[in-house]
Amino acid sequence: MQLEARNLSFRYGKGPLIINNLNLELKSGEILGLSGPSGCGKTTLAKILSGYELPQGGSVKIDGKSIPSKGFNPVQLIFQHPEKAVNPRWQMKKTLNEGWSPDNELLDSLGIEKAWLKRWPNELSGGELQRFCVAKALSPKTRFLIADEITTMLDAITQAQIWNVVLNKARENNIGVLVVSHDQHLINRLCDRVFIGK
Amino acid sequence: MTEILTVLSKKKFINILPKLNRRHSTLLRVTFSSLILLCIIAASMLLSNDRIATNFDLKNLPPSMAHPFGTDWLGRDMFTRTIKGLSLSIYIGIIASLSSVIIALILGMGAATLGKAFDTFVTWLVDLFLGMPHLVALILIAFTVGGGAKGVIIGVACTHWTSLTRVIRAEVLQLRSAEFVQISRQMGKKPLWIAIHHILPHLVPQFFIGFVLLFPHAILHEASITFLGFGLSPHKPAIGVILSESMKYLSTGMWWLAFFPGLLLFVTVRAFDSIGENLRLLFDPHNAHE
Repeated sequence: MQLEARNLSFRYGKGPLIINNLNLELKSGEILGLSGPSGCGKTTLAKILSGYELPQGGSVKIDGKSIPSKGFNPVQLIFQHPEKAVNPRWQMKKTLNEGWSPDNELLDSLGIEKAWLKRWPNELSGGELQRFCVAKALSPKTRFLIADEITTMLDAITQAQIWNVVLNKARENNIGVLVVSHDQHLINRLCDRVFIGK
Repeated sequence: MTEILTVLSKKKFINILPKLNRRHSTLLRVTFSSLILLCIIAASMLLSNDRIATNFDLKNLPPSMAHPFGTDWLGRDMFTRTIKGLSLSIYIGIIASLSSVIIALILGMGAATLGKAFDTFVTWLVDLFLGMPHLVALILIAFTVGGGAKGVIIGVACTHWTSLTRVIRAEVLQLRSAEFVQISRQMGKKPLWIAIHHILPHLVPQFFIGFVLLFPHAILHEASITFLGFGLSPHKPAIGVILSESMKYLSTGMWWLAFFPGLLLFVTVRAFDSIGENLRLLFDPHNAHE
């Protein structure tokens, strides 16, 4: 399987083109890095690839077929700010099981404690919340994972723990991962290939 | 040594009193307020109608043990009238404000989720109803459906949903673009599921505040259209009828006619306010665990 972006162009409202004629491929099982200076459109590209924004020009396809707009999206995005990505009025248990029910093994490997499941989002830290978001996105139906600065707010040890889990799961389910990050060392360490934005 | 002992025993004495956390005291306040309202409704059923029959032997009596709120110019017991009137007003107020809030909830959520045409229609409808003085619309609607309690309820429900609809529509528009709602959509959740599970819980505070603010409004409107002759029949003991009639006798020094019913109306509205506010505190996760 291959996720392909062809001749993408995008702008917000009537602003300047943020993405102009961009081409990108992500194969199943591949770990691709995406790096570039602030404001160059990394997050925007991540949102387009995962169906959160529609491009003005060009298309995003899987194996030449467009991605269905209904049902579970095989391209899942993990956001940079987990505080905004969970419903503040839901207990963590409901948030975790929204898309699928992650098994205990995955929860343990991510370091999610049983006691957290009964808490509310405002009682957990950003790093703890992000683990839930990662678990949520690693569904068996996920074919491609777009990780938009998912470990930027974490300490090095937690960062390593989370990436280990993501990479193992990606290998196991043959998921293609796009790693969006500022951190050159992280990208060098994780990725097979790097795509530099301008 | 003895001094220390007395201090210790004093401390022990304080500990005997139950130490309430905020959740307990919130629950206590809700039960207390509900109890007041239930007492009023129960009392209105228990008190017999004989006490509000016309009896000229007992007219214009000031408050006493036999007639705690005094009697009026027709010799009717004001306590019985007030309690019966208040329970009718609570009933009218609850139904009218609840239906009004539900209309606002449905239209507000619909406007923000069902597409542009429906949104334009709802916004137009809100502008239409806000454009005319709502007492006029209220009289018109109450008169058309035939007056009485039914007229008041339908009238208040049809005229008071507008501002809350605007608030709810704006809130839903904001929630729709929230990241957790967008993620839910990408997880393949249906719009109806998202509306019920993600959006509705966020509207609980608006729901309660809207309800609590509308309740006294409904009672006062019942009073004003009854005063104008389009509402309840004048011999029905509703709080609006009592207050508007009492105003005529106030200048003759019969203060108890307006004072006690007014005071009880205030207590009732305050009880509703306290129930709404405390329930909101219980449901909001940011406060629920403090």
